[in-house]
Amino acid sequence: MSKLVSLSEHPASPPKTELSKPAAKFAKRRAIRPYLILAPALLLTVGILIPFFSAIYLSFTDFTLRSSSYTLIGFDNYTSMFQNPDFWHSLTVTLEYAVICTTVEMLVGIGIALLLNEDNPLSRFLRIVLIFPLMIAPVIGTLIWKLMTNPSVGILAGPMRLIGLGDFKWGAAPDTAMFSLILVDAWVYTPFVIILVLAGLRSLPKSPYEAALIDGGSPWFVFRNLTLPMLAPVLLITLVFRLMLSLQEFSIIFALTEGGPGDTTMSLSLLAYNRGFPFYDVAEAIPIMLFLWAAVYLISFILIGFWRKAQARAAGVA
Amino acid sequence: MKTGSSFFQLLGQGSKTFLLLVYALFALFPLVWMVIMSLKPDNQMFSTTFIFSPTLENYDAVFLRSDYSRFFFNNLCVSVLAVVVSLVVGVPAAYALARFQFKLKEDIAFTILSFRFAPEILVILPLFLIYQKIGLYDTYLGLIWVYQLITLPLLIWILRGFFEDISPDIEAAAQLDGYSWWQVFLRLLLPLVRPGLVAAGLLCFIFAWNSFTFPLLLSASNAQTSTVVALRFLASDTVHYGQVAAAATISALPEVILALLIQKHLVRGLSFGAVKG
Repeated sequence: MSKLVSLSEHPASPPKTELSKPAAKFAKRRAIRPYLILAPALLLTVGILIPFFSAIYLSFTDFTLRSSSYTLIGFDNYTSMFQNPDFWHSLTVTLEYAVICTTVEMLVGIGIALLLNEDNPLSRFLRIVLIFPLMIAPVIGTLIWKLMTNPSVGILAGPMRLIGLGDFKWGAAPDTAMFSLILVDAWVYTPFVIILVLAGLRSLPKSPYEAALIDGGSPWFVFRNLTLPMLAPVLLITLVFRLMLSLQEFSIIFALTEGGPGDTTMSLSLLAYNRGFPFYDVAEAIPIMLFLWAAVYLISFILIGFWRKAQARAAGVA
Repeated sequence: MKTGSSFFQLLGQGSKTFLLLVYALFALFPLVWMVIMSLKPDNQMFSTTFIFSPTLENYDAVFLRSDYSRFFFNNLCVSVLAVVVSLVVGVPAAYALARFQFKLKEDIAFTILSFRFAPEILVILPLFLIYQKIGLYDTYLGLIWVYQLITLPLLIWILRGFFEDISPDIEAAAQLDGYSWWQVFLRLLLPLVRPGLVAAGLLCFIFAWNSFTFPLLLSASNAQTSTVVALRFLASDTVHYGQVAAAATISALPEVILALLIQKHLVRGLSFGAVKG
């Protein structure tokens, strides 16, 4: 492969020692070309991230939107964040939300993918239509669930009364708010797990299964010792994506409960939003998000390490 | 013995189908119900479930008698233009990452990817201040720019995979025939990656269209998009539930159609090329 690449890059260039002056210039232009091609894309995205560095600076000041002057106060925003019980509460909420959502979506998603990995009309139809919840905006999805759980027009009020849960208040009561959020998150993102796992299942090689069939392994044995290790890379990358995004989830929580009732579902994103926007304490909000950002990166870095290992191992199995 | 095992096979098949149908009901019923609600007249909203006299009056009210159409148009403009900008700068970038060998290549690629996973609120907090200072707050340009964080990493990573699938020999042959690099790129490579290009572009559009946090906090009455405004429908004093459902349906419909068009490439797109579907 690398041989082919170098061939395409220097189709007819003479050996280096014989470079004439224009040819040397040409080679130099070739060397910087990839950077030139990449420059606009990097400028556009890095340009938008320059504010990121000003954010780090602001986090060491007492900046608020209420006054125009501010002074450097060192690590005060950081120490007060760690001393604030609201922060620890929000951290718990964030972890609870992310861990439960990711677990539920992974388990249900893998299960449904295994069921859909068969060629019959029902599976073929469902493989297409099940992605709809994933494609529409999470906020619109949340809006639909808000309507469905609405006590006056919602369709769920009747059935809930039938099973004796007539006073189930969904997002409006402290003890059911988290459940409602997880339900909506699972509705939106389980299809993500399904279609990635399905793609992984369909790319598995056939021959190990034929061998296992001859050896007479039970379905569970085959799943545990063949499917799972070969599927591990896909499962891990799916896990990384789901965990990264559910740790940061803002729009579903904002649309359904706004962090409420009280602060029962106040995740770190919601906490930072509340500090930064209605209350204008931008300098206090930034450390919260920097903490979340660092945590997300650390977790995904570790998981991507596992992913690389799993890929190598899966290549060995196959 | 034989009848016994086929009985259990039948039972197994039956329970599989049952589980699939339960999940399908969970996944699809809300969407069906949204469409039903959007067709219900206000006076039958509370008294009926499935049997009612359907009407388009909610769509009429949302689209023609409110300014929702303006926000819908905003969303369309901002999303399309964001994808166009991403295509212009992203396609060559994806090519460079696929073909050239150069220092820091993987670092640059992962830096671009990491933008997609920067917490949106963290980006927005300082951007909110700066946008207000330089006049980009509540403008198309401001949103198009910040949407690059969503669309550009996605586009570059999907297309990189598609470019890598093309044998470099084809290019080398064309270059030996005397075509310049640009000619090879435009006449040969772009047509070859067109399916990937279409899929990546449409997926970028879907994600830009779905964006909520950026337009919520970086735009106001002028450039606000339909996703943000749809939520506000429910918060208004006199709630017309049918209109909320109609607004949601209008916002969801284009994506359902686009999703059907790109389903073949969806896996690759959603996993940033990590899983090849």
